[in-house]
Amino acid sequence: MFLQTVRTAIEALNARRMRSILTLLGILIGIAAVMLTVGLGQGATEAITNQINALGSNMLIVTPGSTTSGSFRGASSFESLTEDDATMLADKDVVPDVAAVAPVYSGSASLRSATTTWTSQMYGTVPDYLEVRAKSVDTGRFFTKAELEAHSSVAVIGTTTAEELFSGQEPIGQSLQINSQTFTVIGVLAESGSSLTGDEDDVVIVPSTTYGDRFAEGAALSSIYLEAASSDRLAAAQQEVNKALLSAHQVTADNMDFTVSTQQSLVETVESITALLTLLLGGIAAISLLVGGIGVMNIMLVSVSERVREIGLRKALGATPGVIRQQFLVEAAILGLTGGLLGVGLGFGGAAAINPFLTEQNMTVSISMSATLIALAVAMTIGIVAGVYPASRAAKMAPIDALRSE
Amino acid sequence: MTDLLTLRGVRKTYFSSEEVQVQALRGIDLDVEEGEYAAIMGPSGSGKSTLMHIIGCLDVATEGEYEIDGVDTSEMSERQLARIRNQKIGFVFQQFNLLPTLTALRNVEVPLLYAGVPASQRRERAAKALARVGLADRSEHRPGELSGGQQQRVAVARALVTDPALILADEPTGALDSVSTNDLLDLFDELHGQGKTLVVITHEAEVAARAARVVHLRDGLISKIVTNPQGGAAKIEGGKA
Repeated sequence: MFLQTVRTAIEALNARRMRSILTLLGILIGIAAVMLTVGLGQGATEAITNQINALGSNMLIVTPGSTTSGSFRGASSFESLTEDDATMLADKDVVPDVAAVAPVYSGSASLRSATTTWTSQMYGTVPDYLEVRAKSVDTGRFFTKAELEAHSSVAVIGTTTAEELFSGQEPIGQSLQINSQTFTVIGVLAESGSSLTGDEDDVVIVPSTTYGDRFAEGAALSSIYLEAASSDRLAAAQQEVNKALLSAHQVTADNMDFTVSTQQSLVETVESITALLTLLLGGIAAISLLVGGIGVMNIMLVSVSERVREIGLRKALGATPGVIRQQFLVEAAILGLTGGLLGVGLGFGGAAAINPFLTEQNMTVSISMSATLIALAVAMTIGIVAGVYPASRAAKMAPIDALRSE
Repeated sequence: MTDLLTLRGVRKTYFSSEEVQVQALRGIDLDVEEGEYAAIMGPSGSGKSTLMHIIGCLDVATEGEYEIDGVDTSEMSERQLARIRNQKIGFVFQQFNLLPTLTALRNVEVPLLYAGVPASQRRERAAKALARVGLADRSEHRPGELSGGQQQRVAVARALVTDPALILADEPTGALDSVSTNDLLDLFDELHGQGKTLVVITHEAEVAARAARVVHLRDGLISKIVTNPQGGAAKIEGGKA
């Protein structure tokens, strides 16, 4: 009996093929839009999370300025971190759960090799930087503690920088002008890709001591990277660093001039932002799905008033109100389900079409199975809900009124 | 002879507003015997359509009693009435009322569908009913591919397929030419000869002349009942013998 109802419903929809297809489109576009926006949001979250994880394991970052206190403290707060802070944080008695510390100066550098000029991001730091940031050297070597203490004019460069300046030539041992000061290239970092902070391969790294001498005497640190002793100790390390800096800077939690973040807290921040964006875009898409549902209701109502005679006849021949209601509900549900299935297809197709444009961002549209199933269930529910009113109108129709209408 | 239909004091009043009431039927007493061929005649506005709706369980009387095949229908729900229509009554309408998207065979199957008959039996019984009205070779045609007379025969097959107690025809020849009209009336005679009970609502004397008894309606009341010895009555006798 139910199969027969489905067959009757399909025949009825097929008899008005063009209109059924247009109605399907409403649901189809809604479902595809929801899938793609949620998938894009998911993909963006994954991509950014991966980048944050690539920053280094068990890493803590101390940055100047505060994001927790309500007011912006002006330029002074961006010069709040000093070498002394870094030295203090390296002290095991003060912060027992920190394993390594890498203070970082940063600035822009104009580079000049024998043949080319190029602009890169420049960092001044210490040998521990490599370990703390989970980076490695591809060819050559990083500078040593001795070179740091000797204020040596040595530089380690990223792969992009190496390619731009020395294009194919062996960079190790070459001389390099950084802001008109002569340095010797001693190593090239392994490739690490783009991240939140830009192209991590387009960098030049020099000893922090040399950086201070040559480029920015008395400048403040742009950040301090720390490595916790283990991932279990990350939270403890964060608290210790926080406490030590509060007392060293003689500030309280209300007017603190620095922020200690962990990978985890960065991930959480990013996730909350992308979740909000996904919600916003998904909400807009959901509205289009709702409009699709109203389209189904509209078309079912038209269908009921067009088929008054058919309904009357079926009733005269013995169809109970329940059977009539079921028939119209099934028709609406089929519209919803078919629209949903095609929408899921379009969603996957759309994702495949968009993905090539996202490779640059290391991102893909990430469509989850559960989201797809939910979208299908929603489409069918919308179909049924939209069908309830028209179906009950059809079911309530008196057979004579229905037969009479010419 | 047992009565198939019994109407006692049947009234039907339509309330189009609180002030305006239309008394379509004002107290009808009527019995139709099993195997009888009766016609209901009357000018438009006489209430014959309303009476047809009540006999066909398409509508219920405002007052009075109506029994079909020993079952009182006055207190029935929509659902129960639907079952009665399905099991006890076969309808033939003026406009044929076939479903245009379905083949003749599937049109004839529709009442069996609502009776819950399994698919294989449906096909078999529908094919048999089509053969009975002489349209076995048209079973795969859609209504649009059939003549008016053929469409009405399909409708008769659909009325017969559930083997109902009553065939109820509402102006069955209203949309037919004279040749098709004659064919259809011959078919009705044949069904009557096979023992079917027929009630035909018509305003055409030619159609009523075939029935054994003609019930004349005027202003919502039965004005006269004429027994027609040339009509189906003779065949009833024949059937009994």
